Amino acid sequence: MFSDYSSTELISIFAMQGFAGLILFSVFVLMALGLAIIFGQMGVINMAHGEFMILGAYVTFLISNLFADFMPAIFSIYFFIAMIVAFFVCGAVGAFVEWSIIRHLYRRPLDTLLATWGLSLILQQLYRTVFGAREVGVTIPDWMMGSIPLTDIIEIPLNGVFVMCLTLIITLAVYFLMFKSRFGGQVRAVVQNRPMAGAVGINTEKVDRITFALGCGIAGIAGSAFTMIGSTGPTSGQLYIVDTFLVVVFGGAASLLGTIASAFTISQAQSTMEFFLSGSMSKVLTLLTVVIILMIRPQGLFALKLRK
Amino acid sequence: MLSISDYSVAYGQSEVIHNMNLDIKENEIVAILGRNGMGKTTLMKSLMGMIPSKSGSVKLEDTEIADKKSHERVSEGVAFVPQGRMIFSSMTVKENIETGLTTVKDQKIPEDLYEMFPVLEEMKARKGGNLSGGQQQQLAIARALASQPKMLLLDEPTEGIQPSIIKEMAQTLKKIRDERNLSIVVSEQVLSFALDIADRILVIEKGVIVKEELRESVDQEQIAAYLAV
Repeated sequence: MFSDYSSTELISIFAMQGFAGLILFSVFVLMALGLAIIFGQMGVINMAHGEFMILGAYVTFLISNLFADFMPAIFSIYFFIAMIVAFFVCGAVGAFVEWSIIRHLYRRPLDTLLATWGLSLILQQLYRTVFGAREVGVTIPDWMMGSIPLTDIIEIPLNGVFVMCLTLIITLAVYFLMFKSRFGGQVRAVVQNRPMAGAVGINTEKVDRITFALGCGIAGIAGSAFTMIGSTGPTSGQLYIVDTFLVVVFGGAASLLGTIASAFTISQAQSTMEFFLSGSMSKVLTLLTVVIILMIRPQGLFALKLRK
Repeated sequence: MLSISDYSVAYGQSEVIHNMNLDIKENEIVAILGRNGMGKTTLMKSLMGMIPSKSGSVKLEDTEIADKKSHERVSEGVAFVPQGRMIFSSMTVKENIETGLTTVKDQKIPEDLYEMFPVLEEMKARKGGNLSGGQQQQLAIARALASQPKMLLLDEPTEGIQPSIIKEMAQTLKKIRDERNLSIVVSEQVLSFALDIADRILVIEKGVIVKEELRESVDQEQIAAYLAV
């Protein structure tokens, strides 16, 4: 399949697809972070995670319209405001969902799976009713348009670079929160041994609620980033949830580094292969590779080494 | 200090602790002896709120804690060192102790904890799971003490620990009691350790306290007979 191209063309194709894959990588990382935090913390597989992402995307869409209609002078900074609002809206909805549904279903993985799947259907219909079935898109501010020409053929899209930096900052923030702060210590204690965490004085229910809200909030930010690469429709989130699970499993649950490495591998593999093969074929190849690697390393790419 | 009255604990239909009455005085160390399956761990866990009680009351000073959640009991002043240590194995020694600070205002680990267990300061950046059994036991005790308890519960602290360290542990626990003015309830199978440490010895059998003796008047052989299979 490579024979039709000259070697300079090939290098450019790989570079361009690689940069294009970086945005996908960012969305994967943000989605997987939220999912992994929630799964690691409570053993809840959140099937509605994609819908939380889309909620963030719709919030971004609304804010961008709001700025365009009422404050066109400062339209160029709408994205930052939208991101923050998306984080808090999704976090608040997440906290409400945890309080109303999830907390009654702890330690029942199948039930939470079904409940969150039901929630995802409800949310999809809600989006359809409120925003309409047609996909919506945001206007990207001028400063994020265009690209940096690296060579004659290779160009780096600006919005991709921006989304990448954003992901980096959020990942670092999550890392510090989880591994350097007192709250992170409590979260990890609950993950390891819930009854014992309670017995050393940690309010496990409160930790659960904040963690769930945090995971959903990060999905909201992923949604903001998502508006840069695709248009938002009621069912757009569905396309990402399976890939995100793949990222989490492949990376090894409870390993931040593993999540990032696996998001990078999967997004780059898909993005590069999509150029040469059809989309579904590249997905098949990615899945096959992941399955084979997981047969050899069932614990995922990175796992903690400990006396058990 | 801690008064337990008409206290019953059950797993579903099977009652494990039957109408227990027990008073722990201030600054007292009480050892609860009994063979396996007699209800020691159940009693400890239910006092900590990890297993719900069926009926009866548990009062810490004047506060009823029988229907409180685990973390609320910790803020009232109960702390727990469980059987098998149950330290958070993928967290560092320092982080493990810090989890015990959740209910207190202190944001820093008090110096005297490290003075009491110097080995923990040496190892504070290591993962808890990579410590030896004896070191993990010290860590579990330090974690419990971090919440500044008035009442410390230890469930079979000598399990899987070599005899020389058991002796040392008895010394440490007595020192903790003297320095911090707390009461200690320890469940045990090792009679010599109980005799070393306790002011009062209770024997539990099938969820009922069948014998109660002060340390001075205790008849070792009689107690040993209860522990023999």
